[in-house]
Amino acid sequence: MKFAVVVFPGSNCDHDAYYAAQHVLGQDAELIWHKDTSLKGADVVVLPGGFAHGDYLRTGAIARFSPIMQEVQRFAAGGGPVLGICNGFQVLLEAGMLPGAMLRNTVLQFRCEHVYVRVEQTDTPFTAACAPGQVLRIPIAHGEGNYYAEPDVVDRLEHNRQVIFRYATVSGDVTPAANPNGSLNNIAGICNETRNVVGLMPHPERACELAVGSADGLVLFESVLKALSHGAFASAR
Amino acid sequence: MTMDDQVLERHGLTRDEYNRIVEMLGREPTFTELGIFSVMWSEHCSYKSSRVHLKTLPTTGRRVLQGPGENAGAVDIGDGYAAVFKIESHNHPSFIEPYQGAATGVGGIIRDIFTMGARPIALLNSLRFGSLEDPLVRRTVSGVVAGIAGYGNSIGIPTVGGEIGFDDSYTGNPLVNVFCLGISRADDIIKGTASGAGNPVYYVGAKTGRDGIHGATMASAEFDEKLEEKRPAVQVGDPFMEKLLLEACLEVMQTDALVGIQDMGAAGLTCSTCEMGSRGGAGVEIDVANVPQRETGMTPYEIMLSESQERMLLVVKKGREHDVERIFEKWDLHAVHIGQVTTDGKMRVKDRGEVVAEIPNPCLTDEAPVYRRPMQEPAYLREARRLSLDSLGQPLVARDALRALLAAPNVASKRWVYRQYDHMVRTNTLVVPGMGAGVVRVKETHRALALSTDCNGRFVYLDPYRGAQLAVAEASRNVACAGGLPIGATNCLNFGNPQKPEIMWQFAKAVEGMGAACRALDIPITGGNVSLYNETDGSAVLPTPVLGVVGLIENADRVVRRAFREAGEVIVLLGESRAELGGSEYLHVVHGLIRGVPPALDLEREAALQRLLVEGAASGLIRSAHDCAEGGLAITIAESCFDTGLGASIDVPGLEAGHFGDVVTLFGESASRVVVSVRAQQAAELLALARKAGVPAAAIGTVGGGAVRMSIDGRSVIDAPLVELEHLWSTSIESFFEKQRAIA
Repeated sequence: MKFAVVVFPGSNCDHDAYYAAQHVLGQDAELIWHKDTSLKGADVVVLPGGFAHGDYLRTGAIARFSPIMQEVQRFAAGGGPVLGICNGFQVLLEAGMLPGAMLRNTVLQFRCEHVYVRVEQTDTPFTAACAPGQVLRIPIAHGEGNYYAEPDVVDRLEHNRQVIFRYATVSGDVTPAANPNGSLNNIAGICNETRNVVGLMPHPERACELAVGSADGLVLFESVLKALSHGAFASAR
Repeated sequence: MTMDDQVLERHGLTRDEYNRIVEMLGREPTFTELGIFSVMWSEHCSYKSSRVHLKTLPTTGRRVLQGPGENAGAVDIGDGYAAVFKIESHNHPSFIEPYQGAATGVGGIIRDIFTMGARPIALLNSLRFGSLEDPLVRRTVSGVVAGIAGYGNSIGIPTVGGEIGFDDSYTGNPLVNVFCLGISRADDIIKGTASGAGNPVYYVGAKTGRDGIHGATMASAEFDEKLEEKRPAVQVGDPFMEKLLLEACLEVMQTDALVGIQDMGAAGLTCSTCEMGSRGGAGVEIDVANVPQRETGMTPYEIMLSESQERMLLVVKKGREHDVERIFEKWDLHAVHIGQVTTDGKMRVKDRGEVVAEIPNPCLTDEAPVYRRPMQEPAYLREARRLSLDSLGQPLVARDALRALLAAPNVASKRWVYRQYDHMVRTNTLVVPGMGAGVVRVKETHRALALSTDCNGRFVYLDPYRGAQLAVAEASRNVACAGGLPIGATNCLNFGNPQKPEIMWQFAKAVEGMGAACRALDIPITGGNVSLYNETDGSAVLPTPVLGVVGLIENADRVVRRAFREAGEVIVLLGESRAELGGSEYLHVVHGLIRGVPPALDLEREAALQRLLVEGAASGLIRSAHDCAEGGLAITIAESCFDTGLGASIDVPGLEAGHFGDVVTLFGESASRVVVSVRAQQAAELLALARKAGVPAAAIGTVGGGAVRMSIDGRSVIDAPLVELEHLWSTSIESFFEKQRAIA
């Protein structure tokens, strides 16, 4: 299985995603420069965290114009699994591949800490190996992770079961206190209508080894291996 | 032209210094030259007051790959890799404009590290502020923390530790010291050298603007009521530009097209040009007309003195220009050819071909003024060192003192601060901030590095020599607690106005003490920074010589953390408690005093203790370790319980101090003490090891239960629910800021 990790000039979690795929998971991984026009035969695409082009405008606003994004769109349209983490999620929103937008955290400060998220749906390539309702301990690190969408959009997301992760307590209760940034409905991650494109604010690639505090994030990467090996999501090479 | 006194004063030069310039050049300097001399001869760049003292510090050792003199120091960490690190101050700009001052401080230290060919992997910062009760201080704290976060987070280098202290002396003069560590191949360290006549000199990065002109001169003067006027001297940071520079420069360094590289930090283009030439024994000639400019109509003077951020100067091998330009283009950066290396050893600046400055490099570097300034023991010392406990009235009872100290900002959790820093990016952080030394693994090896910055300014104020020794001991003890063998250090010496003999005396004594302690503990200092003139309206900060220590952990799987691990563990106190309360946090918090004599320090004992900690960590015998610092034994025990939900019960022998006996026993700050925990069946083994090592050791209690219980000679003095104490400790600092929000 081959992971493509897209590198925007201001990506800074690119090497972390690469390391998780290549060294922790033992899969093939390649860093793909944002000016490239080929995903080089990848089976999975990861848009990593960071500050794609400095994000002095809106987060991810410029990244969607990078040449590689056309290829990512094409890959996703063909059913290929795409994971956007943190800034990668913001890029997916700006590129229109997922609905909604990010506001500044309600505390108006950057937040870096471990949080708990509840897995809401397991029929996506990145949650296929999870148990329904499973609670994962994964860190966040963002200043703009306050998910917002128009009420009808949120209704549609809920109705279509497109909310994939919600901020929760350690025991899985979705409460205001468990919400670190003010996201609507405690939304931490969503998928598109065809369920192959997933974006989330927490960083699963930072939670792949107990040595760094948690290995709960590994299950997202294991999920995509499982999903692809079952042929559930056609590769779009 | 003959300079009038006002012009000289604006340039921070004395008449004597000016005369010396005329003598060196054999003529009057041009205005551009005067500007160049003024920044290069400023305290910040020339170290003219401190140099004679700094020379006495130990800078060599078996592992030292690069000592002072380059952009950063480097030590060998094995397997062909080097740790490249340095600490630097950005105190003055951070007071004038907290966000940008702190942000550009981070930017500057990161450039120093990747300039050496190392990839930066960790940041720490050592901060000092006035009291959080003061709304202006809270504004400064908020700005500095947001600035550090804004820069470090976006560039993607984790802030893994450091320390923050509060004292009224820092109200008008906060300290912002930033430390960065990077990893490079030991044989690939890059130097800031210009050599090879005819080799082209390139400028790359942000355009040059009028920001930061005379920043180095500003950092070499006290603050007074004209503060607002100095605002234009603070630079503005662009972390995205720095990220591009970082990646592009590291890529260029992978080729062999580079001769040397230096960042433009303090004194900008001036400093990088003459220092690179000086190191290589060559000259450098540039034409400022080729320098990319952000504003129109800039004079050569302004271009040479600008401290615009995110700029680098490169010397490239002739014929390899295209290779270098191509890499920068990839990152959408444009490397611009602005000059070349010459053979005449001079810095020559042209403006459209016309020479506007021509100065032999040594005049600006090695031959800059050096002063052996007069020194005098400060008058305050005699009185301040006298401490009579009897005159203090009744002490607080132990349980109230514990609560007061847990909530004191110097002791309380700094979570409000570090949760704003990305401390996990790069997935190397094994010990997160707020837990003693920060620990990062080095993925290329099986090793990890423990990093700590420390200094208790109160101790230095009361005894500069011993206080600086205590700073060395504490920083190195902290990395040893994590299992790290201290292998190198960098210092940041923050003091007042060196033209005052009392301040110079503090400085000299502190450097002497720091050197003696580093020699005794075998820790070479590979570089650092001096920040003088930390005064506002004539009143100086507590003398604060911060030491940043790097500790090597051979096995990244054997990192020791500070929290107790499981119920039933035996708690062992390593080291000896004495009846010492001088300079303590207790006196500061409860009685508002900075008084007495700082704790005694036996460096041989300290060394033995640190060896024992490293050995005990490597073998897996020691399960947790936390040193005794501000607030003494009681605070150490409480903090070791936090984050685990595990309580503890201890019983210790009382120390003799009259009705202050309990206070001294629990809150005294005797040095060279560490609380460790071991499995019950291994307690005897640890005690035997300690005995062999010559380290006093005693089993003082056990881990478990939901309360923190302390007794003295069998008499219970503290019995408090853990959750209550932890709440007090963890919410104290944020409550200051929540109050502020409520008012707003």
